[in-house]
This record gives sequence, structure tokens and C-alpha cells, in this order.
Amino acid sequence: MTKWDYDGPILEIENLSISFFTRLREIPAVMDFSCVVQPGEAMGLVGESGCGKSTVALGIMQDLGVNGRIVGGSIRFKGRDLCTMTEAELRQIRGSEIAMIYQEPMASLNPAMKIDRQLMEVPMIHEGVSADKAREMARRVIEDVKLPDPDRILRSYPHQLSGGQQQRVVIAMALMSKPSLLILDEPTTALDVTVEAAIVDLVKELGEKYGTSMLFISHNLGLILETCDRITVMYSGEAVETGSVAEVFEHMRHPYTQALFRAIPLPTADKHARPLRAIPGNFPLPHERPPGCNFGPRCDYFEAGRCDGGDVPMFPVPGDARHETRCLRFAEIDWDAPPPVEAATEEVEIGGPVLGVERLRKYYEVAANALFGGRNRKVVKANEDITFTAHESETLAIVGESGCGKSTFAKVLMGLETATDGKILLDNREIQSIPIEERDTRTIASIQMVFQNPFDTLNPSMTVGSQIMRALEIFGVGRTTAERRARMLELLDLVKLPREFATRMPRQLSGGQKQRVGIARAFAGGARIVVADEPVSALDVSVQAAVTDLLMEIQRTEKTTLLFISHDLSIVRYLSDRVLVMYLGHVVEIGSTDQVFAPPYHPYTEALLSAVPIADTKVRKRHVVLEGEIPSAMNPPTGCPFQTRCRWKDSVPGGLCEREVPPAREMADGHRIKCHLAEDILRRMEPVIEIAAE
Amino acid sequence: MESLTWTGAAGPFLNPLLAVSAAVTVIAFLAEAVLGVLDKDRRVILDREGAALLSGGARGLASLALLGGAAGCLAAVAGYLIAGLVLEGPDKGIIGWLALRFLPVWVALGVLYSVSFTFRRRLGLYGKLFDSPIGMIGFGIVMFWLFTAVFADMIATHDPLAQVSGMKNKLPGTPVRGAGPGDFAWYLLGGDNLARDVFSRMVMGAREVLKIAPAATAFAFMVGVTLGLPAAYFGGRLDTTLSFLSNLVLAFPVILLFYLLVTPEIRAAGAEVPLWGGRVWTTSIPNVLAAVLFAFPIVFFVTLWNSRFRVRPGLRNVLVGLTVVLGLWMYSGLAFNADPAGVFGMDPNLLNVFVSVVFVNSPTVFRIVRGIALDIKTRDYIAAAQTRGERPWYIMLWEILPNARGPLIVDFCLRIGYTTILLGTLGFFGLGVSPESPDWGSTINDGRKLLSIYPHPALPPALALMSLVLGLNLLADGLREESLRD
Amino acid sequence: MGQFILRRFGIMLLTALCLTFIVFFLTNLPPNLEKLAKTQGNMRMTDEQVENWLANRGYLQPMPVKYGQWLGILPGWVIEGTDGKLRGKCLRRDTPPEAAPRFCGVLQGDWGWSTRFRDEVATIVFKRLSLTGWLMLAVMCVMVPGALILGVLAGMKEGSRLDRTVSTLSIATTATPEYVSGVIFIAVFASSAVGLKWFKGTATSAMDDITFANFTLPVVTIALYGMGYIARMTRASMAEVMTTQYIRTARLKGVSFPAIVMRHALRNALIAPFTVIMLQFPWLLNGVVIVETLFNYKGFGWTLVQAASNNDIELLLGLSVVAVFVVLVTQLISDIGYVLLNPRIRIS
Repeated sequence: MTKWDYDGPILEIENLSISFFTRLREIPAVMDFSCVVQPGEAMGLVGESGCGKSTVALGIMQDLGVNGRIVGGSIRFKGRDLCTMTEAELRQIRGSEIAMIYQEPMASLNPAMKIDRQLMEVPMIHEGVSADKAREMARRVIEDVKLPDPDRILRSYPHQLSGGQQQRVVIAMALMSKPSLLILDEPTTALDVTVEAAIVDLVKELGEKYGTSMLFISHNLGLILETCDRITVMYSGEAVETGSVAEVFEHMRHPYTQALFRAIPLPTADKHARPLRAIPGNFPLPHERPPGCNFGPRCDYFEAGRCDGGDVPMFPVPGDARHETRCLRFAEIDWDAPPPVEAATEEVEIGGPVLGVERLRKYYEVAANALFGGRNRKVVKANEDITFTAHESETLAIVGESGCGKSTFAKVLMGLETATDGKILLDNREIQSIPIEERDTRTIASIQMVFQNPFDTLNPSMTVGSQIMRALEIFGVGRTTAERRARMLELLDLVKLPREFATRMPRQLSGGQKQRVGIARAFAGGARIVVADEPVSALDVSVQAAVTDLLMEIQRTEKTTLLFISHDLSIVRYLSDRVLVMYLGHVVEIGSTDQVFAPPYHPYTEALLSAVPIADTKVRKRHVVLEGEIPSAMNPPTGCPFQTRCRWKDSVPGGLCEREVPPAREMADGHRIKCHLAEDILRRMEPVIEIAAE
Repeated sequence: MESLTWTGAAGPFLNPLLAVSAAVTVIAFLAEAVLGVLDKDRRVILDREGAALLSGGARGLASLALLGGAAGCLAAVAGYLIAGLVLEGPDKGIIGWLALRFLPVWVALGVLYSVSFTFRRRLGLYGKLFDSPIGMIGFGIVMFWLFTAVFADMIATHDPLAQVSGMKNKLPGTPVRGAGPGDFAWYLLGGDNLARDVFSRMVMGAREVLKIAPAATAFAFMVGVTLGLPAAYFGGRLDTTLSFLSNLVLAFPVILLFYLLVTPEIRAAGAEVPLWGGRVWTTSIPNVLAAVLFAFPIVFFVTLWNSRFRVRPGLRNVLVGLTVVLGLWMYSGLAFNADPAGVFGMDPNLLNVFVSVVFVNSPTVFRIVRGIALDIKTRDYIAAAQTRGERPWYIMLWEILPNARGPLIVDFCLRIGYTTILLGTLGFFGLGVSPESPDWGSTINDGRKLLSIYPHPALPPALALMSLVLGLNLLADGLREESLRD
Repeated sequence: MGQFILRRFGIMLLTALCLTFIVFFLTNLPPNLEKLAKTQGNMRMTDEQVENWLANRGYLQPMPVKYGQWLGILPGWVIEGTDGKLRGKCLRRDTPPEAAPRFCGVLQGDWGWSTRFRDEVATIVFKRLSLTGWLMLAVMCVMVPGALILGVLAGMKEGSRLDRTVSTLSIATTATPEYVSGVIFIAVFASSAVGLKWFKGTATSAMDDITFANFTLPVVTIALYGMGYIARMTRASMAEVMTTQYIRTARLKGVSFPAIVMRHALRNALIAPFTVIMLQFPWLLNGVVIVETLFNYKGFGWTLVQAASNNDIELLLGLSVVAVFVVLVTQLISDIGYVLLNPRIRIS
């Protein structure tokens, strides 16, 4: 009974409910979830964290752990109910008929087993083939996922591969037995954008080649648009809308879907004229869900007495056979009405220069091997030649993938590290070699930082209020405790948190709220420059917009210079005035947002722009896939840092790229590109993103 | 007067019950284990309410029998205790009398548990302990011995040092020869080879052990924390040096170290330094070690206050001043035995043992603290503190340490147990506080020579020590489980 | 790798030097020397006699000099005593003074003379160590496989009844130090009071002839204490591995449960306990001292106690060197083993 034929849908989930049982209570994670995946179809499952999308996946695999149980409904795979199968039957289906790929590629590979054995295991279990045959199959699949030098890969341990390669291996493993259904749970979230783009391409291509149905779980609407045929939107344990991708993206019929689209920075959004609309309120905890519609309390169209009346079923949307929504009022709402215009803000005058950075360089020495230390130390060239100026009230985005040196730069700026060479000028005072212990309080208070991970940014064992008070104490704000307390409460007001939060512990706050506290703390001493290191990347879409708005609002009132470090070009395009693109410690391009997002591009910027998934059906994107991996900063390539992956390299005569670091050339006023390409080639570049006329 | 039997008048009824229940429990447990291995491939299929549909069959029966058997055992034990409280005189039996003697402990435990259980939702981690059966049992055992130590005078039946002629190596329950009307009439757990009451010695021993072990552990933690945090935070040469030193102590065979440090001779070696009030202090190794180790708490608290309230000098001065005055006062008593007011002081022999135990324990604490701190150091809130210009000691003591408290509290419990074992080891080699001391290690050592003929003097302290350490381990396990839970 | 081992050996040497110096320092404190003189000479010696006795035997030289002589980097002392006898560190009864070497320290392979046993230190240590070796071997054979099997079985399915039973038992054994379990075992299995008399309460006869009856109790006593600890470590490590994503991957590949445990979990789960087992050796040393004393088995531990209570300086030094060596070598092995078991940190 390894595989059997069935004409109907690959996967039919009907009214599935899954709960987790703790000692105190039953926590319903998924309620009344239905969905159908047809052969060869790719279904996207989208929702914010905690909405139950991963639980659905594990429910399909019947792998819910000790506490999780399916308490209702059925999951039929090719017509057979998975819930009533024995453990042995399930084992035969897992891996051969249904395969799964998850978020952390490193964690999903056994660290103590070579790749070949991990791959060979699949056909050896399910098809009973010999080891030699299995190895041959493994080799073929490894080639299919476009890994270079398959034999070497097969002989390696997982840790010897890069993240992107590991994820390819995981995909290869999933495809070993040519499954009918492939479940992908956030397969690219842990990867860099350019790597993500390549993986997404690969998945799409292989899906077509093998004819596999896919269930693609993601929080990123853009990715769903690029990969899937159909989409199911989940909110708080329920599917709220399902339909074909085109239908849902253009004619959504659920307020949550609509709110979601209004909260993400699409290329059409503009921070002054058409600001993002955050979804008000918070995601309900599983045991505190409201009666009736779960989205009710946050919904613009809420009607008391009706929406909170009782369980809301899925309604078919007339017109399209397979479009359904869980909204009582979907027929009454005017879906084409433009969003209520928030008070559009005026553009702020950008002031004089505040911060200057000139040819900044930071090298580290690290031991070559952590355990065996020894003498052979290597030099990491984290920052190599950074030059820019930042002005008052300006948002300067620093963009680059992991390892490009943006965090190191932040450390040097903050004084946690001192520069190897070059200058950092704060109000024309050199601070690049003053470590933080020697900086005076004013300098420290005027450069502050907002950190990436909201769950790590606050001390877990101190109340919110006392953490802000401590910052005030250190910055010498207020003479008495009472004054400081008053100021702390004002700061809570500033970041729009209720004053009661002063006595809360960080664990009682949601991610977005913690991030607000982090912002309040950064502004405690009247910071003039705030370095925001990916401040919203760990937050859910609906919260992201609110935190971004807050940052910009404070910036407007305080005239702060915001250095916004990010890898997410959508949000950068939305909020920044100028953009600086970094690659391997070099500033490869700098200019105003419009200049950077339009040709001429640096070849790296071009690839980066093309890699960003955009959740807008109207956007046409040119496809530029970047091959290879980011070189290590310990061993950077000679000449131009980008030459190993550049697709334009052939257009530069005489191998100049491999010999010399290109100079930064001024293309337009304040627009500099570090590239050897001839000017006319640069000028001739086509735009990557085009918005179709409405 | 006749000898006491173990179970007294209730024995004939309760003994068979206990025997049968115990047998059922063991058989049911084995049966359940075997059946569990046989049908492990079964999947539990559940109905809508989440109740298991499949629970019948042989395995279910075995589980039921297991529960029944355990309940029977508990009932029998409870029966012994209640009979002991109700019956009169010799009818109580040894177990009954023991139950009665421990009455203050039962009352205290009852009060503590009912109060704690009622308010457990408001008591933080301590309250959560009452959610875990393991933790509750462990805490119960620990508190049992703690209350025993507190009420030792009420519980003990005789003077632990008094030798009564004719009671040498007598079996449990033997009536005391020539007991007056006010005296307790039996040696409940028999007499030792010097004709002293084993029961009273065990009870008083609890006091000895619980006086030293927690305090020594606390000191070791002070030292380990004060050195471990900077080693992890600053790293580099400081870390290398401190780690080398701690490894040095750890590489020492503990017993050799004790033999070298705890001998009486070592106290005589050293120059004599005159102190105030005509007192003299010898620069012997234990004294010097004490002077160094006992300074750590003062350093620790002064740094703690100074780093936190550096920007509020008024408050800082008050706190630091108070700490220094109070600290130095205690320090003068404990380290130099020269407290001007005569409140604090430590017997030189005790000091010797105490210092050695602290010295042996500190490096391990150092390693644990260092490991945890290295991990916490990489968190963003540490970077946030650095970027707002906090001084290193503030970050170590107020940002890292509070967040390391979970594993440290767990280790603290474990370490008290380990220290108890260590003190026992000292006693076992005759290096204890004093030869007469009723502490458990020394008593075991006394008893072991005639172990093959008279096992009864050595067993009670051995079991007592084992149960205390077991309680501490269970408590630590419960705490670990509960602190990981949220 | 070579450099790493070399460095470790350097640290080891430094540690051994420091430790022996500390032992040397402590045993050479004047009150200890006085005690030595009185036990070796006679208890009623006057202070002056003690002084002479010590001076005649080179004990009153400066501490660093004596330490240098013991190491063999300074020439051994030769003193013509107040009683007219010629004594020297390097002089032995059977060799004439002229033929004696100038240096006779550790570097020359001379470990000195035991005042307690009146024999060469090297001979004693070697003999006692081999006796203890048998004990250790037996303990390891019982403890390691038992602990690993129990730990793996318990950690395989966290929260199962087997898991809880094993966990509770192992907590109980770690809470029972050797001197407690040993006493209980003797009381139960070897005393006339209980009357089972299955085993012998002493292991003295095992020094010549190891039998089941005389060796079981000491071995079980030591093994039990360490076993609980290793089993708990193994269990924790196994339980952690079983919750990792790659085990889930394996499960969702359709690998059967026994295969998951054997092929995917075991190697990863044994990395942590391996270190623990190696670091357990120094602990065993401790247990060995207690158990050998309790069961009167005259091995390394028993000798250590004898030497320490008699302030037998050179024997103590020899024993400490051995102890330190055991501790550091096991640390080294545990580090290397960790690397070999864990491909992630293997050096390229």
C-alpha cells in the first residue's frame, strides 16, 4: 500500500478542530478549518504568528505531540481519513506521499549524519531499494535542486553548508520519494532575500516538474502571490477567507484580509500621502477569543449584536465558485471604497548635517577555530570604506543582507567598538575612537538604539517603568525620583502605551508593545540620532505598521535623525528619505529613495530589488536571480566585492572587476554608485519594478 | 518495664495491610511496565471531549491495581501515625512514639502547607512549587528536617551527649535503665556504642547540619557570583586566570584537601597578630581563607548598591554605609573572632570546617555562574544597557544576575544537598566539627565499626542524611520544572 | 589538533606543579612537621629533640629548596646530623654514600620515601593503584552501560511512567552518598542483625582474590552513586534530542520509532553524557577513598587516608600527582572525545 491512485482532490480538510491540552485548560488552536487542495495545485496558507497555520500542517502530518489532539473534523488525503490510520499506515505515508519542509534548515537536518545517509534513508524505507540505488537517486535529486558539486555535498555534514544550501538539501530530501503533497512551513523566513528568491524559484520549478501539490505556509503575502494558485487566510485559529490568489488579492471579501493589505508597505504606499493603516488592537489569546467573529473587536465594519452574536460560518462568495469568506456582512460592505484617509502629514524640512562618516573602516581579529584557539588568527573586514552624511529629521536606510557589516557599523557608531580607521563626526566632533565608557552623557544620550528582537530587548526581570526610569537616571534627566517618574509616564504616552504599563513586567507585553517600550527608552535622553536595527522585522504585519508609524511620528516631533537598518526593501522604500546599500562592508550605492529604486542601479541593488516579493498583482517585476553565496568577510574577493555574483561582470573589459575596487561615482546629485560599469550601460538599465497603470 | 515493639498494638492489624498493599503495588507496577512495552504502537483515539476512548484491557487493570496498592500503603502508614497519637504508653510502639515526638513538626508542616497552598497563585515561583507533586514532596521533606532542627529540643527524648550505663548498643525500644519519673522511658532507636540515645542524636544532628550547610552554600554562592560574573563579562586574561584557579581547586581530590585543611595542626601554624581588645589572631591558613572569603559578601553588597545608585549619591551613601558598618561588624566576629560587641563569633573548629566547605564549593559555583553569564551576555538588553552607558558592574549585577536566578536557585538547592554530603564525608573521616558532635556524618562514622553486629546506631543518621538530600534534590527538580514552564 | 594537545599538556604540567606545591606547602607547615616527628620518633620528645630530629632529616631547609630537591632540580640534601649519622635525600640503605647520585627528585624518577609504610613511594603508589584499578574497572563496567541504557530508555519518551520511575530512582541514588549506601548495604546484606549475609562486609580478601561475595558491595556502592547522575544526564540529553526538529524530520520521513532512536537520536544524545562520564572519574576517586576505607580495601584511597593522617609528605605528593594526572587526562579525553563525537566542531 505504498501509493494509490485517486481521482479527487489530494487533500480535503473538513471542519478540522485541533486543541492543545494543558493542566489548566484546553487551548483551541484551530477551529472549524476547511480547505481542499487539488492535484498539482499550490495552496497558500497565510496569517500572523499564532493564528494556527503551522498547527494545521502538523495536524495533516498527525504529529501534534503529546498535548495536541484533533478534536473534530476530518483530514482526507487522497480520499483516506488520516485521523483513523494506525501508526504504521501513517509511517508509510509520511515521507513518501506527504513531505514537509520547515523554517530552520539547520535544525531540520541531523547534525551528526552525513547528507547522503539522510537522503538515502527515504527511498530505502519507502521503496526498499538498495543502498547503491538510493545513493544514485540522492545524487540525481541533489542535481535537481541545483546544488553545485553534488558529490561533495553528499559527503558533507549539514554544518559545512550555508543556509541556502541546507534548505536545498531539505527540499531534496522532501522530493526523494516524489510525494503527492509537499507542505512548506515558512521555508525561507530564516534566509536572506536573495537566497529566498532563488529558493522560491526552485520550489516553483520543481513543483511543476514533479507535479506535486503544495501547501505553502507563510506570513508573507508577496511570497504567496509568487508561488501559489490559491490562498487561505487564517486569523486566530480560523480560516477567514479562501479563494484563488488573483481573486483574493484583488477582490477580497473579508475585513481582515483587507486590513492586512492596507498594513503592508506596497510600492503604492507613501508615508505622507497614503500612510499605512495599522490594524487596531491586539491579536486575541486563544483562551480570550471574543464571542462571534474573532476579528470583531478590531474590525472597522463591526456591528454590535450581529457580529458578536454567535459562531460565523463560511459563506460562499457569489461569482467565483471556490471563493469563501467568514464574514456576515460581506455582501453589505462597499469593498471598493478607498480607506478612510488618515490625517495626511506634511513633509518635514530636512535640516543640516548631524552625523558624518568618512572612510570608516572596522577590522576584527578572531581566532580561526573557537575550541582550539591557537595562534592562527584571521582578520574579519567587517566595514571597509563607509562614507555618508546624515541630516536632521532625515531617515537614512541602511540596506544589506546578513554579513554585510551593517550591525558592526551600528556598534562602532554607538561606541561599543572603536573604529580601525576613518572618522565619525557628531556635530563636527570626532567620536570614532572614543569607547562608550569615555563618552560624556550628552553624547551617549544623543545616539541611541532600537533593537531588533522585541523579546530580547527588555530586561525580563525589571518592570517596564523602572527600565525607563533607569535610562532617565543615567541620562541625568530630572532631579528627583518624582520628576523622573513624571517624565517616564510622558514617555509612555509618547509611545502610545497606557500608563498602567509602568508596573508591568516585560513578559506581560506583546512583541509590539515591547518594541514601543524600547523606543521610549531610546528617546529617554532626548536622542538626536536613533539607530533602529531592523526594529519591525520580528513583528507581525499588522503590528509592523503601527510601530513604523510611531517611529516616524516621534521623529517628526523630535526632529530625530533615524538610521533605519533593514533588509526589507518594501519598508525602506516606504519610510526612508535616503537609502544606503551595503555589500561586504562597502557602500555600493547611496542616494535618495527615488534614485536608488530607479535605474541606474548598482548590479547588487538591481538583484536585491528583484528578490523582494511584492504582494501586489499590479506590479510587474523583472526577474534577476543572484547565483552563489555571499563571500565570507574573512576572505573577501579581490577587486570589486560583488564581482563573484555580478551578472554584469562581462560588460566590463579587461577583468577590471577582479583587480580593482571600483570608485564611487556620482551619477546624479547625491547619488553615488560604486561600479566599474560604463556610464551608458548603467544609464540603459531597465527598471526592476513597474506598476501597471490603474 | 518491657521493650517497645516497632508497631505496638496497631501492628497486628496494619502489618498485613501494608504487606499486601506493597506486594500488589510492586506486581501491578511490573505488569504495567511489561504491558506498556508490548503495545506501544497503539494510537490513542479520542472523542470530542478529549477523553480517551481506549483505556480498558489488561493495562488499564494494572494501572488501577497500582493506584489501589499505593493507596493501601499510604493508608497503612497513616494508620501507624494515627495509632501512635491515639494509643497509650507501650501500645504506641516505636513508630507511634516517633510520630508523637514529631508532633510539633507535623503541626508546623500542616500550617505551612495550608497557608502556602491557599495563596499559591500570589507567591511567584515558590507558589508554583505547589503545582508540581515532585516539588511539593521535596519541599515537604526539606521542611520536615528544618522544623525538626527548629524544634529539636522539644522532639529529642534525651540529652544527645548523655551516656546511660547499661544502654550500650541496646536495640531500638529498649527501656532506659533507672529512668526517673520525669525521664523518657525508652531509647526509641536504641543506644550507640557509648550508650547514648540514637534518636536524640539524630534529631540534634539535624540542627548541626542545617546550621552549617545552607550558610556555607550561601557563602560559596557569594564568592562564585562575585568572581564568575566579571570572568564571563570581561573575558580575556581575567577569565583565563580565574578559570585556571578554579580548575586548580577542582583538580584537587576533595578528601586530600580536607585532610590538609581541617587538621587541628594547621590552626596553630602562622604568625600571631594582635588585635583590638587584647585579642590575638593567627595567620593560619583557615583564618586567612576566612578573612578572604568572608570579605566577599561585603564587597558584593557594596558593589551592588554602588552600581545601582551611582547616579543617586544620597541613597547610595546610606546603603553603602549601612552595609559597610554592618558587614564589618559581622566580619570582625566571624573572620577574626574579635567582635567588639561579642554577638558574632565562630568556634575555631567550626570555622575551619566552614571555610573548607566554602572553599571547595566556590569554584563549581564560579563555573556555573560564568556559563550562564556568558549566555545572557549576548542578549539585546545587555547591549541596550551598554549603549546607554551603564558601567560594567551595573550590567553584571542588575542586568545579568537577576536573569540568571532561575538556574542559580535550582543549583542552590542541589548544592545544599551536596554540602550536606560533604559535611557528612568530613564527619566520616573523623574531621568533623568535634568528636562528640551529634552531626550525622560523625554518627555514621561512629556506628560503622560495629556495623555487622549492631547496624542500628548507624542507620538512622544515614537515612536522615539521605532523605534530606533527596528532599533537596526533589525540590530542585520541582523548581527547575516549574521555572521552565512559562 | 597537535597544538591543542600540546597546550593542554602545558596547562596540565602547570596545574600539577601548582598543586604539588600547595600540598608541599601545607604538609611542611611547622605543626605538621612536629606531628610527623612525634609519630616517627616518639610522642614524648621535647621541643629541642623535635628540632634536632627534623634538622637531621633536612626538614628545616627553606621550603622552595626542599621543593626543588623533591622535583630534582636542586641537589638532594646531605646532612651530618647532631647524632653523628650521615643522612641524605639520595642515600639509600643499600648503596654507599659515595655512589649515591647528587640529584634524586621526580625528574630522576625517584618519588621519595614513605615514612608511614617505610617503602619507596613509587612502589607503594604502583601497587595500590593497581588494586584500585580493578575496583574502578568493575565499577565502570557496571555503571556506564547501566546508566546509559536507563537514561536512553527514560529519555526516549519523556513523561512516560518508565521515565518517571528512572528519574526518581536516579535522584534517589544521587542523594545517597557512598558512606550512606555502603552502611545500608552492609547492614542489610552483611550484618548478623538482618541475617541475610549474602555478601561480605569487608573487601580485604579481594586484594588477593576477587570474588563475587567480597567485591559486590564496594562496587555497587560506588557505581550506584555515579549511576544516578549519569543516567539523569543521559535522560536529559536524550529527551532534548527527541524534541529537536531533525527528529521530527526523521519522523515525518516515515522512519520507525526504533530506527529514530538508534540511527538519529543516539549519537547526538550521547555527546553530553560522554563528557559527564569522563568528568565522573575524579568523582570516582572520591568515592573510592570512602569505599576503600569503609570496606577496608587497601587501595589508592585507603593509602591516601593513611598518608594524610600521618603527614607522610612524599607519599602524599606522589598520590596527588597521580590524582591530578587522572583528573586532567580525563578532562583532555573528554574534550577530544567531544570533538570526535560532534562533527560540528571538528577541526577542518
